[in-house]
Amino acid sequence: MIVNEQVAVDHGLKKDEYAKICELLKRTPNITELGIFSAMWNEHCSYKSSRLHLKKLPTKGKKVIQGPGENAGVIDIEDNDAIVFKIESHNHPSFIEPYQGAATGVGGIMRDVFTMGARPIANLNSIHFGSPQHKKTKNLLRGVVHGIGGYGNCMGVPTIAGQTSFDSSYNGNILVNAMTLGLVKKDKIFYSKAAGLNKPVIYVGSKTGRDGIHGASMASASFDEKIEEKKPTVQVGDPFTEKLLLEACLELMAGESIIAIQDMGAAGLTSSSIEMASKGNLGIEINLNKVPCRESKMTPYEIMLSESQERMLIVLENGKEDQAKKIFDKWNLDFAVIGKTTNSKKIELYFNEEKVADIPVNTLVENSPMYDRKWKKAKLPKKNKIKKEDIKHLKIIDVLKKVLANPNVCSKEWIWQQYDHTVMGDTIQKPGGDAGVVRVHGTDKAVAASVDSSAVYCWAHPITGGKQVVCESFRNLISVGAKPIAITNCLNFGSPENEENMGEFVECVQGIGEASEYLKFPVVSGNVSFYNQTKDEGIKPTPAIGGVGLIKNYKNMITMDFKEVDNLVLVIGKTEGHIDQSLFARNILNEKNGPPPEVNLFNEKNNGETLLKLIDNNLIISAHDVSLGGIIIAVAKMCIKGKKGINIKKPKYLINEIEYLFAEDQGRYIIEINKKDFKKVADILNKNAVHFDELGTINENELYINDKTKVTIDELSTSNKSWLNNYMNK
Amino acid sequence: MKSSVITFPGSNCDRDMDVALKKFGFKNKMVWHADAELPKSDLVVLPGGFSYGDYLRCGSMASKSKIMQSVINFANSGGMVMGICNGFQILVETGLVPGVLLRNKYLEFICKNVFVKINDKKNKYFKNVDNEVLEFHIAHNEGNYFCTNDQLKEIEDNNQIAINYCDENGKIEDQFNPNGSTKNIAGIFNKEKNVLGMMPHPERMIDASLSGEDGSLFFKNLINNLK
Repeated sequence: MIVNEQVAVDHGLKKDEYAKICELLKRTPNITELGIFSAMWNEHCSYKSSRLHLKKLPTKGKKVIQGPGENAGVIDIEDNDAIVFKIESHNHPSFIEPYQGAATGVGGIMRDVFTMGARPIANLNSIHFGSPQHKKTKNLLRGVVHGIGGYGNCMGVPTIAGQTSFDSSYNGNILVNAMTLGLVKKDKIFYSKAAGLNKPVIYVGSKTGRDGIHGASMASASFDEKIEEKKPTVQVGDPFTEKLLLEACLELMAGESIIAIQDMGAAGLTSSSIEMASKGNLGIEINLNKVPCRESKMTPYEIMLSESQERMLIVLENGKEDQAKKIFDKWNLDFAVIGKTTNSKKIELYFNEEKVADIPVNTLVENSPMYDRKWKKAKLPKKNKIKKEDIKHLKIIDVLKKVLANPNVCSKEWIWQQYDHTVMGDTIQKPGGDAGVVRVHGTDKAVAASVDSSAVYCWAHPITGGKQVVCESFRNLISVGAKPIAITNCLNFGSPENEENMGEFVECVQGIGEASEYLKFPVVSGNVSFYNQTKDEGIKPTPAIGGVGLIKNYKNMITMDFKEVDNLVLVIGKTEGHIDQSLFARNILNEKNGPPPEVNLFNEKNNGETLLKLIDNNLIISAHDVSLGGIIIAVAKMCIKGKKGINIKKPKYLINEIEYLFAEDQGRYIIEINKKDFKKVADILNKNAVHFDELGTINENELYINDKTKVTIDELSTSNKSWLNNYMNK
Repeated sequence: MKSSVITFPGSNCDRDMDVALKKFGFKNKMVWHADAELPKSDLVVLPGGFSYGDYLRCGSMASKSKIMQSVINFANSGGMVMGICNGFQILVETGLVPGVLLRNKYLEFICKNVFVKINDKKNKYFKNVDNEVLEFHIAHNEGNYFCTNDQLKEIEDNNQIAINYCDENGKIEDQFNPNGSTKNIAGIFNKEKNVLGMMPHPERMIDASLSGEDGSLFFKNLINNLK
């Protein structure tokens, strides 16, 4: 095939990018080379629109062993233990083929983690769908949930937490973000940097097929009406093979033979070999005839661009090939020496004894395009004034029930019951709490993880929204008694070529950066997904934050269910009555404008750290952060989980009942304490200048508000639990 | 007491079972599916997971593994063999216990706590358990037990049902059946009651911090019965 500008454009390259390729090579590339450039230079692999801004994120900290740039981030959890973790998107493929798209998203992120030598110990996910009324939503949801479960359950890794939301902006572009945590010894972490000359380059895992060719390019473009035609670009997952690959790799890693290892994810053999060479400042020579292929007559172009799953590339020490092969034979996996490292600093490919590609590595990596895209600054929207007559007729209990049954608040049990969340025998906090918690096997330590996003806030004001998501992650970890350590982010946005979308990206990143800097909660890994867009319509900006924290003694973990009648319930943090962008404003008043709640980083940090002090002093019986829906929803969920009721007395200060109960002010928690500890708790809160309200007392099974209104917890529980079940089983 | 846990390609509860058995005093060995010989054992466990990816019928490939001939011989000579979840699926494929396991009635994987009622205590697995009802944990996609009417009659005549899904008070009703199993069957014996296949995972219930502690009760009792 003759390569020209049109062929390059068909590969998703811009005309000037093609000109730059010709200039760098000082000739016209052949079709294999063009394919390699298009795979490396697309948005998904090159981060060409985002790199400039991502550089501003804080990535360092005392506990950070490895920040962004490797397969995943690594943090220190003491005693020579480390946690490897990352979140990644698989949005485009999941919309086209929900089961396989979601499944391979889970498979891909687990590979990123065990590539670094860590055994995966927990999975999480953040999934977002269109309006429940949209004709595709139900099937997409079912397919995605089955896909996530199908892969994770088979791997035997518990899925311990997640987030699901519905919003019409995802009608044409659902989001599927998968996160994995792995456990590794600090001195046994593996990296992707190749080193040494003439070292054997090994291919292990599944055979290479024609699936997923151009997957990464597909993920770097907007959707149009022909989207169904792209089904062949979605990879097919084989969790069984991945389980074998995991065990074989960990067995090989126990020895001393691996120099570098890299999984074949987006852009397959192309990006894995180039990344290893680039990081080691070396060249790599590959004989493509040696690559194990599933189908006959595959061309070099297809072999290099295939995104077949469950494959790894390894640079081994010389002479260790036989020993390594034995391990892969035992696990019935392909093992092939396909090339070697060279000092050419080029990627050189041979096929049928002919050289089919010859590209300097730096042209693909350092010289890849980087854009300073135009972007538009968002204005802070004006505040709405809630009119008395709009809320006068509202009955609080009816509103409460309606909000509890809202698709974005309701119980997601239908989803997480389909994920094995208890395998590995260390899950001590299951899905449905503030964060999932797993013990570090065989120790007293536990690791907490949560994944959060607040697209509505980010859409209303990106900087505030970006900050808020990081704070919410911080709060969720603290609510289970964990000390927050670091985050991973999955940045889901519309087209970077649209100034407004690009502005949302830039300002959300700014907000994330400010909050993570202030809270000492650095970003250690992540992923950007642009072009979540169908024709001209983009999604609401949806940065998802995965936070990880440490509990030194798992017996001190906190859960959110109310425990005992007569205990006191307090609200930590001040309620100002911010209703704009709250679930109440959007769903009950149908008011979609206005600013999101303000984020005060000082209060966030101070309130959170003070709560951790209370937990350390064994003064907290249960805790839950206040988020979507405000105090009343937080309290109702604690009642439902604990099968207990509460007598709520609104504190006397300014705002009215509705505002007090439904406002979404930030930096707040609900805590349950024993009456006899009240003085001690109040002293610590006062000493640290933390505002708190006495909210009420726990009772057997009814929720009272100021003695006038009441409802049974059973009724609330039914409202909360039935929506999703009814929706899916209709 | 010596125990052996078989690891098949795709097993994923083998380590959990190893941890549980050791916690309650077994000297456990992990045995690879391609081995021919079983180590000397008082109990052999086929653990949960997705042997061979469950790509054919669940358990069918694993039932033909090299080690399985030794396991079958061991069972036929009266040895204690317990299959949990995928292990139960493997056991039905070998024919050591009757019936088959179909896909869950609602076509979805289920992971949750359930209650089971012990149907028969005249066996080494449940003898001396004080409780009538245990809280166990299930996590499976194909746990819908099915057998022919003739088989069912034989099973009932021989008192081969080990445990049934029920509520916390031991009431066995359709609404407490999580997967559509015939007669709410959650576990079943062979005629001699030395072989037990069950869907629930007692190894996930061995610590108050986990889903519960009725697994501890089960294992403590089991090792005492074997002594």
